Amino acid sequence: MPLERDMQPRSLFEKVWDAHVVRPETDDTPAVLYIDLHLVHEVTSPQAFDMLRARGLRVRRPDLTLATMDHSTPTVPIKSLKDIEVVSEPAAAKQIRQLEANCKEFGIELRGFFSGQRGVVHVIGPELGATQPGKTIVCGDSHTSTHGAFGALAFGIGTTEVGHVLATQCLLQRKPKTLAIELAGRPGPGVTAKDLILRIIGTIGVAGGTGHVIEYRGEAISALSMEQRMTVCNMSIEAGARAGMIAPDDVTYEYMAGRPLAPKGKDWDAALERWRKLPSDPGARFDREVRIDVSRLAPMVTFGTNPGMVVEIDQPVPESGDIAFKKALDYMRVEAGKPLLGTPVDVVFIGSCTNGRLGDIRDAARILKGRKVADNVRLLVVPGSDQTKREAEAEGLDEIIRAAGGEWREPGCSMCIGMNGDIVPPGKLAVSTSNRNFEGRQGPGARTILASPITAAAAAVKGVVADPRELLG
Amino acid sequence: MEPIRTIRSKTVVLPFDDIDTDQIIPARFLTTTTKDGLGQHLFSNWRYADDGTPRPDFALNRPEAKGATILVAGRNFGCGSSREHAPWALVDYGFRAVISSEFADIFRNNALKNGLVPVTVDDETHRWLLEHEGAEVTVDLESTTVELPTGRRVQFPIERFSRYCLMNGLDQLGFLLEQEDAIAEYERRHVA
Repeated sequence: MPLERDMQPRSLFEKVWDAHVVRPETDDTPAVLYIDLHLVHEVTSPQAFDMLRARGLRVRRPDLTLATMDHSTPTVPIKSLKDIEVVSEPAAAKQIRQLEANCKEFGIELRGFFSGQRGVVHVIGPELGATQPGKTIVCGDSHTSTHGAFGALAFGIGTTEVGHVLATQCLLQRKPKTLAIELAGRPGPGVTAKDLILRIIGTIGVAGGTGHVIEYRGEAISALSMEQRMTVCNMSIEAGARAGMIAPDDVTYEYMAGRPLAPKGKDWDAALERWRKLPSDPGARFDREVRIDVSRLAPMVTFGTNPGMVVEIDQPVPESGDIAFKKALDYMRVEAGKPLLGTPVDVVFIGSCTNGRLGDIRDAARILKGRKVADNVRLLVVPGSDQTKREAEAEGLDEIIRAAGGEWREPGCSMCIGMNGDIVPPGKLAVSTSNRNFEGRQGPGARTILASPITAAAAAVKGVVADPRELLG
Repeated sequence: MEPIRTIRSKTVVLPFDDIDTDQIIPARFLTTTTKDGLGQHLFSNWRYADDGTPRPDFALNRPEAKGATILVAGRNFGCGSSREHAPWALVDYGFRAVISSEFADIFRNNALKNGLVPVTVDDETHRWLLEHEGAEVTVDLESTTVELPTGRRVQFPIERFSRYCLMNGLDQLGFLLEQEDAIAEYERRHVA
């Protein structure tokens, strides 16, 4: 006799959640949730390792822990680790050293400098095949939501929880609510995954997903590549949702096949059979459902100081009497009632866990090929990982970027977070493919417009905010 | 951790919605490997002028804000990154509670693990608090209420296990470590 639960249609999220409950939640205590993959980086882990030492604890499953350095790492070439002491601030260099020492002490394999596998943590997890459908994945980083593109339940945690997972491979969690977001229709050329997620955040708001796990669905989602799906899921947190998920399908399996940490042979066949059962059952219930028609969507740009303050590139910046809204426009030096088109730009940044993958660099190169970066613009292109860099160089994309006058850098978080030497100078305006346009995010006083790689590349070429559709051949 | 039962203080008000973690503690201060001393960088970009001197008009810098342990902030406080440096900085500065009408999920979780009580109140109470900076307010974990100087008392929601830990000065890892048998059993059944 099957349990009643088994007879009710379940969502993708519920299936992954149910399969990882070690101890169910009660009124008094949250659920104990098992974690399949723990990603660790240099900025949010040192205090957690200190806690382990102070309490005499070991890392319970170093084999389920994957470490790399990305946030405070320089994006200029280095020949040896000693160079980090030269190019980085002492505190950043110490953090990098400390991660190395902690990984060594606790038996964790580190994808560090000269491993050939270093990169932005949310770029290397999928690249290595560590990110898999149905897994629970956490990291001391809010953009862990990226991995939900594979049908994993992936979310960011604080450093205390990093310590919990290191020590017990588990987390205490209350079950979140579910939100289905269906994107209807297929957008036209020049409108990318970045534009879709900016539209979503603009529609539901920066707190619209708070307390919820989002499942993205619909025609416009199924049509995306894995890299594009990662761009969408990456910014779930910018709508307040800790996690965003997309049902795995043949696009997912094709991407994963043959990756170093993906299952092989018979294990692959068994995994496929499990993964094919993950998509939400017909009739699965969600706590909320939202439907957005994206068939006429234009490229999106942000105009304010959070990712929900976003407009179609040819539309005027809206007006509002709200004090935070006015404060944001003052900070951005943007005028309500006028479009951003034609606004002079100082810096263009193409990279990050949102848009630092091969497809993103190809998109940018498509615009840059045979053109020159405007004199007033500094263009940085930062591949998301060592592997992305190698693949891009094998296609000659680095040459296109250099020939246009752009900088081709070493992998890292770079200008997305402004804590590694790459910053936007005070008052300067950047068009950035990253995920946050918060005040000072890219450096004190820096002003940020979030956009897709092609919109960013168009701004680099034109020297002003420009509609990329005019440059697509 | 010190057990927390009641927090009584005048308030400091930051009336803006969507105050993100990059405002609470900018990324350039995250290269630390400890939790100490982050309070001096709390709200750094708003608190200090470019030359490093305190901006006199910023709420925390006004003389009447001195000694306040309760911060009242606009809706969706703590949105953005997972950096626990945000509650570390608030606690190091001296705050024991933040009152808003909504908190970002990760910030709330992090706050609860660091002796900082996130207090979610209804819109009307929130508006009153935003308009009455410096009001003497009592946050009581036993009764899960906020009491305003008008005598008005409102309930606030708080996750029960976190409340238990806060009131008893316990960290949550102890409970997880006690689950060892269940975790080992789960691994036997599930992990290849």
